Amino acid sequence: MSIDSVFVHKMWNDNELSKMVQGGVPFPMLSDGGGRVGKVYGVYDEDAGVEMRGRFIIDPEGVIQGYEMLTPPVGRNIQESIRQVQAFQVVRDSKGAEATPSGWRPGKTTLKPGPDLVGKVWEVWKTGMAFD
Amino acid sequence: MAEEMAVGCARPTGGPVGEAVAPETSTPEKAPVKEVAPMIKLGKKAPDFAAPAYLQGKFVSVKLSEYLGKWVLLCFYPGDFTFV
Repeated sequence: MSIDSVFVHKMWNDNELSKMVQGGVPFPMLSDGGGRVGKVYGVYDEDAGVEMRGRFIIDPEGVIQGYEMLTPPVGRNIQESIRQVQAFQVVRDSKGAEATPSGWRPGKTTLKPGPDLVGKVWEVWKTGMAFD
Repeated sequence: MAEEMAVGCARPTGGPVGEAVAPETSTPEKAPVKEVAPMIKLGKKAPDFAAPAYLQGKFVSVKLSEYLGKWVLLCFYPGDFTFV
């Protein structure tokens, strides 16, 4: 979503993005003239008249589980956004019985929060797992 | 899901939907810059909105609440043709 019109979205997709992604952008390119939605989401910069690089993870209930906001010159890490969605999906599928520690990615071990884990995280999670 | 729109010459716009939308105030005096307080809180509902969109060759209207039941990544960015 940006403040550009759908017409500009079309030109950008048809003339540039479709050369990067085969078939063009597969998801809706949303138009937010005047930043009306961006204001509500706290990403609209009144002075510049544009929206920051805000990214919101919204679960199947419509609940915001995470967000990130960057000023325009720095691009996002898409892989990290995907990893976060995967982590939230694991937590949700376990109905909250599992949690994903720092550095978790699909295939790595989760934690089962509860009385038995208090003071014992060091036994099952090593610092290096945050980085590998 | 997303409904196709008839697009005329006017630039289509959308906006927030639901009771959270502040009614247009008609104060005759010079109105100060309208502040819209962000309503974003982790663990709370994402404010619903409807917005025009371009999707695979068509102009459509998209409502966030149409995506209930799915995971959504909602991304804002400064503008088309920006280079980051």
